[in-house]
Amino acid sequence: MAQQSDQTTGDRLASLAGAPVRLLFRALDPLFTAIQRGIGTKRMPWIFLLPNLVFFGLFVILPLFINFFYSLTGGTQLYLTDRPFIGTEQYGYLLDCEAFTDPQTCREDRFWKGIYNTLVFIFFQVTFMVLFSLITALILNREIRARGFFRAVFFFPVLLSPVVVALIWKWILLRDGILNAFLVSIGLDKILFFVSPEWSMFWAIFVSIWAHMGFYTLILLAGLQAIPPDLYEAAEMDGTSKERVFWRITLPLLWPNMLVVIVLALIKGVQIFDEVFVLTGGGPGTATQFIVQYIYNTGFTNQVQNFGLASAASVVLGVALFVLTMAQLAATRRKDDV
Amino acid sequence: MTGTFKRLVGTSALALAFSAGSALAQTELRMTWYNDGIEGEVMQGLLDRFEEANPDISVVLDVVPYKAIIESLPVQLAAGEGPDLARVTDLGGLSQYYLDMTPFISDTEYWQTSFGPFLKWLDPDGDAINGFMTQLTVTGPYVNKTLFEQAGVEMPGDGATWDDYATAVNEVAEKLEIPIPMAWDRSGHRVSGPAIAMGAKMFDAEGNPALVDDGLKAMAQRLYDWHQDGTMSKELWGSVSGSTYLGANEDFANAQVVMYMSGSWQIPQFAETIGDAFDWWAVPAPCGPAACTGMPGGAALVGLAGTEHPEEVAKLMDWLAQEEQLAEFYGKTLFIPGHLGLAEGGVSFDTQDPRAQHALETFAGAVPAISPVAFDLQGYTNNRVMFNALISRLNEAIVGELTLDEAYERMTDDVTKELAEKERQ
Repeated sequence: MAQQSDQTTGDRLASLAGAPVRLLFRALDPLFTAIQRGIGTKRMPWIFLLPNLVFFGLFVILPLFINFFYSLTGGTQLYLTDRPFIGTEQYGYLLDCEAFTDPQTCREDRFWKGIYNTLVFIFFQVTFMVLFSLITALILNREIRARGFFRAVFFFPVLLSPVVVALIWKWILLRDGILNAFLVSIGLDKILFFVSPEWSMFWAIFVSIWAHMGFYTLILLAGLQAIPPDLYEAAEMDGTSKERVFWRITLPLLWPNMLVVIVLALIKGVQIFDEVFVLTGGGPGTATQFIVQYIYNTGFTNQVQNFGLASAASVVLGVALFVLTMAQLAATRRKDDV
Repeated sequence: MTGTFKRLVGTSALALAFSAGSALAQTELRMTWYNDGIEGEVMQGLLDRFEEANPDISVVLDVVPYKAIIESLPVQLAAGEGPDLARVTDLGGLSQYYLDMTPFISDTEYWQTSFGPFLKWLDPDGDAINGFMTQLTVTGPYVNKTLFEQAGVEMPGDGATWDDYATAVNEVAEKLEIPIPMAWDRSGHRVSGPAIAMGAKMFDAEGNPALVDDGLKAMAQRLYDWHQDGTMSKELWGSVSGSTYLGANEDFANAQVVMYMSGSWQIPQFAETIGDAFDWWAVPAPCGPAACTGMPGGAALVGLAGTEHPEEVAKLMDWLAQEEQLAEFYGKTLFIPGHLGLAEGGVSFDTQDPRAQHALETFAGAVPAISPVAFDLQGYTNNRVMFNALISRLNEAIVGELTLDEAYERMTDDVTKELAEKERQ
């Protein structure tokens, strides 16, 4: 009886809360009816998409164009209208190389070092990210004890700010950090991780994987759970080996999710900045200075803030990301056609 | 009852209207500030007194990291969104954004006599009154004297060279197993003084920047060698990229460094963090064939042209710049005075620490020995372009990405390219 009374109160409250919304829709109804009459039913979705399109246009498309125009200007003035137009000179400067495989032969060597470092980073980071995410998802998909707890544990680093992640690992890896204290305690010498280019790159990749793996694991886990169990049951009845089940059932059916993970990891890899900037500062030398840090340094940290050159480098980065996205779309379409 | 209620409401409304009116009449000024030590607290005390004396002006002290002063403030100013006042170290580089307070200051003569040469640092091409030095700094080394005593190694005396110190600190570090014999702040400004001591001219005969010469090469070669033979740890300079600043103050305070090349601004911090844990001792700038010099420098508090309240800014600055206020400020913060009268007459520094007193005397005494080249470089508007090229390329050579010759070539290219970009308007 009391429950019934509660429900009635709840319904009343919900009804009251919904009243302003109903009122608003009723007030807007004549307007939308008039618009629909004017433009036809087929064009109505555009009206509903309009608010999002305006925001997208203002905060994504417009800055893209502004950035492109900046890349065609020179000088140090902040406002576009105050900056002299210099055509494609900034691009010419960036692309002025004797041999593109050797950054030292390029006029803007740091830009090419940034590209080279980014390529190395994404090759290893994406490969191991996908591999470890897949292994973790496969394990977490099995009936293991405390599965929920382990899923939370692997996902937890994703919730942390990249700066916090980098600071935690920096404290672990410094000369007097926890890891070196451990090495000393077992009779080994300290390792100055951030002085070695190889170690710095290794830890940049490792920390990035540690921080983001949970997200990709979750995507793959969702894919694994969407595979119909009767396929596995049929395979088991046929006596198919576990390896064959993995290669012939799991992997092909998981492929759309794998593709999403690969492309997202690639795009995030190209954009890498905050974690590594805090962790290694781009060093030693320029060993872990990636393309986004180059753009940041060129545009903001130098005394002469070269917005034009930084914008040109951003356009190049944008083109790379566009190509990656197109490749994803093409690959997805091909898969759908199959 | 109703009448009483109405009267109460009426009185409250009137009181609210009056207080709102008085709040509206108050001008709020925002001062962007960074701290090396306790100067923020000292400045806040002065501002409180100013507000008491001037109830129509309130001042908000926005304390930000030093990095924000170097990287964010210039962008803010270029966008016309900056504060009313700011504490800056890129003295000439931001001069286009400074407020000329001359029309609002009654006694401009006082400013000229008290801050004369430093006003030129703020406005190299004119004679505007933009602000005053919150501190004059001199770069120079500190040594851990206690470690020298424990190791039984004699500290190099007056006229000692960098090579003498390198030999001595290595001996101390070896005997006592100290991990870092020598550390320098990762900064082109810090390298410039010793490079000038080795004969670097920094400018050509026409006064154009000419960063690389034999003097600079002599110092760069030493720094390169010291990083390879372990005199300096690659962990400090090598562990970041570009022109990122890194100090070794914490390592020095933890007695992990025998000799630390930094500057006078570390005194208040060392007095607080090290205290009497060991004898931290400021020593005169080591000598080279051309001079025994550090670099001058400092931070200035400036009014900014974007302010909507130039008169109030000038009123505040004029009040802060008076001898009484500045004597208190320099005395409490242990900063070398950037006020000629106080520098000559002496400031009563608020410390009983003999190490701090000795350091203050050492750095203040180093001012007359500063090379004119160092003063010219400090006064040069685009000096940070040179400092950044120097530190970033030298660092790339130290970690093995470039040879020293390639680094010299890149330094010259970097300076040429950046200055050409700046000239293009």
